[in-house]
Amino acid sequence: MARIRQETDVVIVGMGAAGGVAALPLAEAGLRVVGLEAGTWLDRRDFVPDEIRNNVRDWPFLVKKAEGERPTVRGNESETAVQVGSHPMMNAVGGTSIHYWAQSWRLNPWDFRVVSETARRYGASRVPSDSTVEDWPLDYEELERFYDVVERQLGVSGQAGNVRGEIDPRGNPFEGPRSREYPMPPLRWTAFLENMAGSARQLGWHPFPGPAAINTQAYDGRSGCVYHGHCNKGGCHVDAKGATYVTTIPKALETGNLTVVPRAHATRIEVDGEGRVTGVTYVIGRDEYFQPARVVLLAGYTYENVRMLLLSTSGAYPEGLSNNSGQVGRHYFSHYTGGSVSALFPSDVNAWYGLPAQGVAVDEWADDNFDHSDLGFIGGGNMWIYSDRRPIGAASMSTFGRAPRWGTAWKGFVRENADRWVSAYLQKTTLPYENNILDLDPVVRDPLGSPVIRITASYRRNELDIARFLQEKTEQWFRQAGAVEVARAGLGGTMGVSTHAYGGTRMGHDPETSVVDRWGFSHEAGNLGLLGASVMGTSGARNPTLTVQALSWRTAQHLTENWDSIAG
Amino acid sequence: MTDKESPKRITRRELLKGAGAAGAAAILPSSIGRLTELEGEVLPDTSVIVKPLAVPSVGLQQSLTVEELEILDAMIGRLIPSDEYGPGAREAGALGYIDRELGGVLARYREAYRAGLFALDGYAEAVRGARFSELPSADQDALLFDVQTGDAGGAEFGFLDGSAAFLNMVRDHTWEATFGDPVYGGNRDFIGWDLIRYPGPRRAVTREDQAALESGELEPLRRSAYE
Repeated sequence: MARIRQETDVVIVGMGAAGGVAALPLAEAGLRVVGLEAGTWLDRRDFVPDEIRNNVRDWPFLVKKAEGERPTVRGNESETAVQVGSHPMMNAVGGTSIHYWAQSWRLNPWDFRVVSETARRYGASRVPSDSTVEDWPLDYEELERFYDVVERQLGVSGQAGNVRGEIDPRGNPFEGPRSREYPMPPLRWTAFLENMAGSARQLGWHPFPGPAAINTQAYDGRSGCVYHGHCNKGGCHVDAKGATYVTTIPKALETGNLTVVPRAHATRIEVDGEGRVTGVTYVIGRDEYFQPARVVLLAGYTYENVRMLLLSTSGAYPEGLSNNSGQVGRHYFSHYTGGSVSALFPSDVNAWYGLPAQGVAVDEWADDNFDHSDLGFIGGGNMWIYSDRRPIGAASMSTFGRAPRWGTAWKGFVRENADRWVSAYLQKTTLPYENNILDLDPVVRDPLGSPVIRITASYRRNELDIARFLQEKTEQWFRQAGAVEVARAGLGGTMGVSTHAYGGTRMGHDPETSVVDRWGFSHEAGNLGLLGASVMGTSGARNPTLTVQALSWRTAQHLTENWDSIAG
Repeated sequence: MTDKESPKRITRRELLKGAGAAGAAAILPSSIGRLTELEGEVLPDTSVIVKPLAVPSVGLQQSLTVEELEILDAMIGRLIPSDEYGPGAREAGALGYIDRELGGVLARYREAYRAGLFALDGYAEAVRGARFSELPSADQDALLFDVQTGDAGGAEFGFLDGSAAFLNMVRDHTWEATFGDPVYGGNRDFIGWDLIRYPGPRRAVTREDQAALESGELEPLRRSAYE
């Protein structure tokens, strides 16, 4: 029998990038909040510039809940899904915001209105017929003030390109209007990045430094970035990265209204006879607990949010919580970031002490920033050249067909070229499609005996056409900058497990095509809210986390302003 | 290791034929009884008894057998050889790293090593008539090229997932050992970091440090991140 905890106002499942943000406005409003987190607390002492521990062994000391719940993957319904690779997300207070790249983009206005804008400019037939994409139930202008709030709470550095409609050529001229500048200037550029930016300008493009939840100066009691080169899958040893465990979570704890319960592995959301949620069952070790709450906010990663709903069956929800319209698991997509382009340069790039958020972006070919009239696709991609290298990764480099990958010839090659290559990060518009879904795997189970998520999904023509188009542009950029070799990676078909996984609990006006309303609360169980990229209906061409965090703040603020009607 | 200066060493083929029973006894302590029994036929080779291992022995034999270590030692010595570009994986301590970690973090690869190493040796005997570790470097390279391309085949020699997968696995672990932090026992004397001109882990890199790196004036820090 589960031990019953004292009732709280709100229980948040997951104290990561999303839940860790939502906790703050709730606690500040005086609500009592319990945050369940499967992992433990980490601190600066845990973060060593050690590539074997961080990048090769994937932090072996962590709680590995996610690893035991790796989804199975298949391209389509005729295949058998299999578990491959490792889970990219981590379990700890702060979640994956501890070791993520911290690129903190706002989506562009077009991303919220893909259907109507495409119809207006090119005709409705240009939206792929098998796509289930919808306009968001809110637009960029409505989310802007929440982007602004989280940029300040987390500490985002960057160069504005559009402040209240005024274009600043140092920033992204294609971004939506911002109400004000970033709180800090952008991460610095190396000589190589300056060269890449200059080459982009020669092509007539508008290069700019990307935004990052990384301090570039002392901010909010935390240090500026010290560029030690182990940020990629590394925690910050000087707390310059705005992970929620050093930003919003401590502030929420200071109010006295937040209780974080580490090592709490949530297993089920419970409901009453009327279909309202009553709290969360979780286990710590062998002990089971029930946390009663008037409102539940589910803030796991996309796969886990969907899985929790599908596992929480009841009389009111026989097919899973909030799934009486069969929408849970639908409209799934993972960001197409494959098909990269790599280049070899004739001299050292000097990237040993960089970080993946330090780089040059070009948005010329993203979203609807260019005319698609004569093109066979909609959307596009953001091009990102960054400065990031560690020794094992450097030694593992492609030899661009110039040398074998072992032996004396290889040694001679890497001795010269280990610091002379870069790989572009190309994030492409990815759409939801009718048969790209998440459900429960019929065979594979997690260590507690529950089914893992099964991904059935593949990229379609629109994604692959964007990828080919963007590879062409990227090669042009590298050649302009003096690359002596350029190699294009192959284009994949199956959507594997991704750090940019969207949908499954989509936000929308229509309960027949979405799971949550425009505020993030369930159409069916009104006191259940969903936080995370699982509510997003489009990907944009850039990292999702800041949008997830702005939405999380908005959902939490909406809850505080409508407590009586939502908590009932 | 790769030359043929120890003609008295026992090849695996001889071992299997029983022709080298004395040598086998020296390597395999459990067969000492057989040594006495066969003494009249084959004299014990004392050089083998005194120095049975052709591999550096410090901290070894935590996971792999002597025979496996000999094959692996020869193999990593060709993946990252000692040559005109400097010392290689053997000198960096990669053998000890892999042997030790196969009993720990890399334990799930233990059987793949056993299968692959004996498959490599079997392939060497089949096409060159000698154990892999006893062949000249050029022959070893030729065999590893077959292994890399998959031409060494799969199941017929015992490679679990084809020979290329075996080579990639050993190479990945050799890279980890040679280019990882020396605290793990590899990258001895910073052999790996010096090879690729990595200037070492630092707690902070100022704008001035970056400028020095770009002008070739940043002094390498040759130390572990844990120092």
